[in-house]
Amino acid sequence: MTLPVQRLTSWGRVMSSEQAVYHPSSRFDPLPAEARTYLPYGKGRSYGDSCLNPGGVAIKTGALDRYIRFDPASGVLACEAGVSFDEILRLVVPQGWFLPVTPGTRFITLGGAIANDVHGKNHHVAGTFGVHVRNFELLRSDGQRLLCSRELNPEMFAATVGGLGLTGLVTWAEIQLRRIHNPWINTETIRYGSVAEFFELCELSDRDYEYTVAWVDCVGTGQRLGRGLFTRGNHAPAGTSAGRHNAKAHTFPFVPPVSVVNAWTLQAFNSVYYHKQLRRSARQVQHYEPFFYPLDGMLEWNRMYGPRGFYQYQCVLPKAHGQAAITEMLDAVAHSGMGSFLAVLKMCGTISSPGMLSFPLPGVSLALDFPNQGERLQQLFTRLDDIVRAAQGRLYPAKDACMPGELFRAGYPQWQKFAGFVDPGFSSSFWRRVMEEK
Amino acid sequence: MKKILIIGATSAIAEATARLWAQRGEQLFLVGRNAARLDAIAADLRVRGSSKVLTYVMDANDFAAHVPMLDAAEQALGGLDTVLLAHGTLSDQQACQQSVELTLNEITTNALSTVALLTPIANRFEALKRGSIVVISSVAGDRGRQSNYVYGSAKALVTAFTSGLRQRLAKSGVVVLTVKPGFVDTPMTASFKKGPLWATPARVAHDIDRALCKRQGVIYTPAFWCLIMAIIRSIPERLFVRIKL
Repeated sequence: MTLPVQRLTSWGRVMSSEQAVYHPSSRFDPLPAEARTYLPYGKGRSYGDSCLNPGGVAIKTGALDRYIRFDPASGVLACEAGVSFDEILRLVVPQGWFLPVTPGTRFITLGGAIANDVHGKNHHVAGTFGVHVRNFELLRSDGQRLLCSRELNPEMFAATVGGLGLTGLVTWAEIQLRRIHNPWINTETIRYGSVAEFFELCELSDRDYEYTVAWVDCVGTGQRLGRGLFTRGNHAPAGTSAGRHNAKAHTFPFVPPVSVVNAWTLQAFNSVYYHKQLRRSARQVQHYEPFFYPLDGMLEWNRMYGPRGFYQYQCVLPKAHGQAAITEMLDAVAHSGMGSFLAVLKMCGTISSPGMLSFPLPGVSLALDFPNQGERLQQLFTRLDDIVRAAQGRLYPAKDACMPGELFRAGYPQWQKFAGFVDPGFSSSFWRRVMEEK
Repeated sequence: MKKILIIGATSAIAEATARLWAQRGEQLFLVGRNAARLDAIAADLRVRGSSKVLTYVMDANDFAAHVPMLDAAEQALGGLDTVLLAHGTLSDQQACQQSVELTLNEITTNALSTVALLTPIANRFEALKRGSIVVISSVAGDRGRQSNYVYGSAKALVTAFTSGLRQRLAKSGVVVLTVKPGFVDTPMTASFKKGPLWATPARVAHDIDRALCKRQGVIYTPAFWCLIMAIIRSIPERLFVRIKL
């Protein structure tokens, strides 16, 4: 069978590749016999090249969207790998359950969540998504189907969680959900003035709040460096009712000829956004959708960066060097004039990640996005890479399109062990890049 | 809760439609050839809210198996309110042109098996004086085209048969809905290049469900196919034979 060819693009819209595409229609389907390498492709929400495999075959998991079982008493859910977080929430929230961990978008698949071992605002209490994965089936290119859990094939489990789809195709997985009483979140947003203040707020909040995160004004320099809005929240107790939630989403209608995000709009946006809240602290009861997924309210928002696309830069730095290095990075960004529109700071906790290549480590994570400005931006990345390297931190492969192989290998000391579990029939643009294969 | 029989339950359109029904708690009896895939779909529909899902393995081309299957469905669900016929294959036109056997096989699967199933189903619903019969035909049945007239002519038979059946059963209060999907992005069409005319199975399912609620007789899905096919049907034969379609 000849496979159809499609142009696949990653979320940053900088990278794309013409690839053969294979659509399994059920989890029982075998992989087609191919001389080329495979790579699973879910919703295409990875920002850089970790979901692309030029010259290879993309296994699109869209039709692997069946539930297998759900026990509303225990909150254990098993489903196929192409089921999205959006679909899971629609099924389980009305029955009193929630995702144990969720990133900032619900338009990802279960398979993608495992492959990137995603984390969220509750990392300090819940760890990564992989912590809540009980088991899954892995289909290897030789046709073997391995049931993986902490007891069965534990090393393959650890390689696959955070394994960027390189160990084979996850066909289905079983996860443990978290109990909730209703879809509401009690939130509090606090305006803070400096990087040091962010760390103090984390110290004060991480014990009593399940969800904490901060937005940083990355245009501010000097006295204003690192100021932002710190958000903390908890699932609302039983009996909370907060009226209606308007779930209507809008779509960014077209790709503008140039990026809407530029030096002027950034300056204005960051300033206005920081001052949107005049009081130091504001509390509200929010529906989970705007709380966890503010950007999901604008479908295809990645178009706003125009035809050249954008880059994400997300690092995590060990606690010991965190504050100094974050200050240095924000200073470098502010002085570059290429500031970011959505800069996010998050304290990661000590629960160890189950995957060999899982991103989070105890310390602080900073995520930035930048319109693609070619060489100028690459110079800023080189500067930021130096700070991350010196602080013994690492970058997040799901967001990455640029990191040097040496920085990846230094940041992920288990990479050699991991390489032993990579399926010889699977590969990605990202993997070849950081392994410096031709 | 409605009692619904679905034949060809592993087809993408049938599965998407079954999901809508499952969310409403309807009871489903799923018929298909592949037991493992039927079981996977049944499990999914249970999680989505169906109060009862049963599976039955049958090949629609095994005509002798039709009546025992209908009896089993009626017995298991305690009667039937709706039947959806969604089984079929997309014929390889080029291969059919070289093989009488293959051509007749395609006609059997896509037309004769439907006729064989509809005859006892229609008689049962006519006697009950209620019920709905949904049959997946195709825009391809509106006019034979060189690119897929084997499949198209089978669907033309289905369209004409259900048209007559609708007229006959109208006085008994039985709804017969002929569904004419255009290009649908399913495993059956996985090897095709997709463009703006392509619809998802979920979209088709939504249209089927709405048409059934409104007791409609014929629908094109998505609706713009009504216009496209009106144009294709209106092309004079002399011109039609000279173009590629």
